[in-house]
Amino acid sequence: MFSYTFQWKQAFAKLPLMLDGALVTIELALLSMAIGIVLAVVLTGFRLSRIRPLVAIVTTWVEIARNTPALFQIYIAHFGVASFGLHLSPYVSLLIGITFNNAGYLAENFRGALKAIPDTQTRAARSLGMNPIQAFVHVVLPQMLRIAFLPMTNQMVWAILMTSLGVTVGMNFDLYGVTQDLNALTFRTFELFALAAVIFYVMTKIVQIGARLIAARLFRY
Amino acid sequence: MIEIENVRKSFGPLEVLKGINLTVPKGEVLTIIGGSGSGKSTLLTCINGLEPIDSGRITVDGTEVHARGTDLNKLRRKLGIVFQQWNAFPHLTVLENVMLAPRKVLGLGKAEAEAIAVKQLTHVGLGEKLNVYPTRLSGGQQQRMAIARALAMSPDYMLFDEVTSALDPQLVGEVLDTLRMLASEGMTMICVTHEMKFAREVSDRVAFFSKGVMAEIGAPQQIFENPQHPETAAFVKLTQA
Ligand SMILES: Nc1ncnc2c1ncn2[C@@H]1O[C@H](COP(=O)(O)OP(=O)(O)O)[C@@H](O)[C@H]1O
Ligand SMILES: [Mg+2]
Repeated sequence: MFSYTFQWKQAFAKLPLMLDGALVTIELALLSMAIGIVLAVVLTGFRLSRIRPLVAIVTTWVEIARNTPALFQIYIAHFGVASFGLHLSPYVSLLIGITFNNAGYLAENFRGALKAIPDTQTRAARSLGMNPIQAFVHVVLPQMLRIAFLPMTNQMVWAILMTSLGVTVGMNFDLYGVTQDLNALTFRTFELFALAAVIFYVMTKIVQIGARLIAARLFRY
Repeated sequence: MIEIENVRKSFGPLEVLKGINLTVPKGEVLTIIGGSGSGKSTLLTCINGLEPIDSGRITVDGTEVHARGTDLNKLRRKLGIVFQQWNAFPHLTVLENVMLAPRKVLGLGKAEAEAIAVKQLTHVGLGEKLNVYPTRLSGGQQQRMAIARALAMSPDYMLFDEVTSALDPQLVGEVLDTLRMLASEGMTMICVTHEMKFAREVSDRVAFFSKGVMAEIGAPQQIFENPQHPETAAFVKLTQA
């Protein structure tokens, strides 16, 4: 009945290949976070501008990002745009899908963070002769990023995990894609996916611990 | 010189300033007293252009504050303002709080800005707290830091909006002492305050505001001992009770 024999050696032999895949996963997560943060700051600016079409863009973006499956967002970024004649590589599609998701969640986090900063902070900055951009950059933004730091860390973890959805659009050289291909070749299903799970776990733990260290250095108030 | 001519200002249907006329010459210490909601804070924020006005004119050394083309950021270097609610920048140390505007607005180098900040912080008695974050300061210390931060821009005028009202009673004295010190150094000051004893001691003139109107202005003696307007008399009596 239980006839599966574990062969860990065979799986461990594939570890270097899987770690190469893990690097791609990290790269995707970091890129999608970096671009996602920039986009989220822009979306936050759109929202603050109160210009209707801009606000509508933000609302639509945030609603779709937060209320539809990430898998759907990645599908659209691949097969969806392909039906309009735009053929993107699995890597690019996956990057766009995750970035879209990141930006939507982060924009919402930034909005919440801004609410926690009293507008007297801006008034004090403006009273000292700072222009609106200086007041935002030197006074509001650092405080906003501190408040949104934990949600940003969580989003980074999500970004790492979301890369596993890439296989559905043909992504095959990130950690999950590599594992899937190796499985098709060797049928060491349990061992390979257990190993992949451990690598995912270690990566997300490193992000969380690293974030805590960075926060301790950055936010001493 | 700050000249306020027939200034009117409404928030929606509520007229908060109903034609204010007031001239504050260089070197004067003017205090403004009056009931809550009489438009005192609004007047101060109109003077430094944080709030627009509906009609009339405010000029600072001949520059019209609300005229199109006035560089408000530049004008505000002349006008230090300290609010009732201390507005320390929490993510910066005391020293960095005071250095920020000299660096970013005046474009000073780090060493120069730091020298100015240390001087001003020492002046208000915070020389020992340079590298502390503001959350570690008492309310009175935060308020003195806010004063140093404004002074670091070398303003020609200082506007104070009830800077002691949010403080615990035992911390009021140290902040008022700082204001007294500035007054004795010849700083031009407009102080909105509820501290009548302080107003009486330091002011060259005292203005009494009531419901958006400057009901009376005069020497402290006149306002506190011989008020000409019945509302002034009632207010002074109330605050002395
Ligand atoms: N931003 C604002 N929007 C609407 N009403 C305001 C605003 N600021 C002040 N007011 C109103 O204007 C009136 C005068 O306020 P204020 O100048 O703060 O009075 P004071 O400082 O003398 O207590 C009050 O009735 C207040 O509620
Ligand atoms: Mg007030």
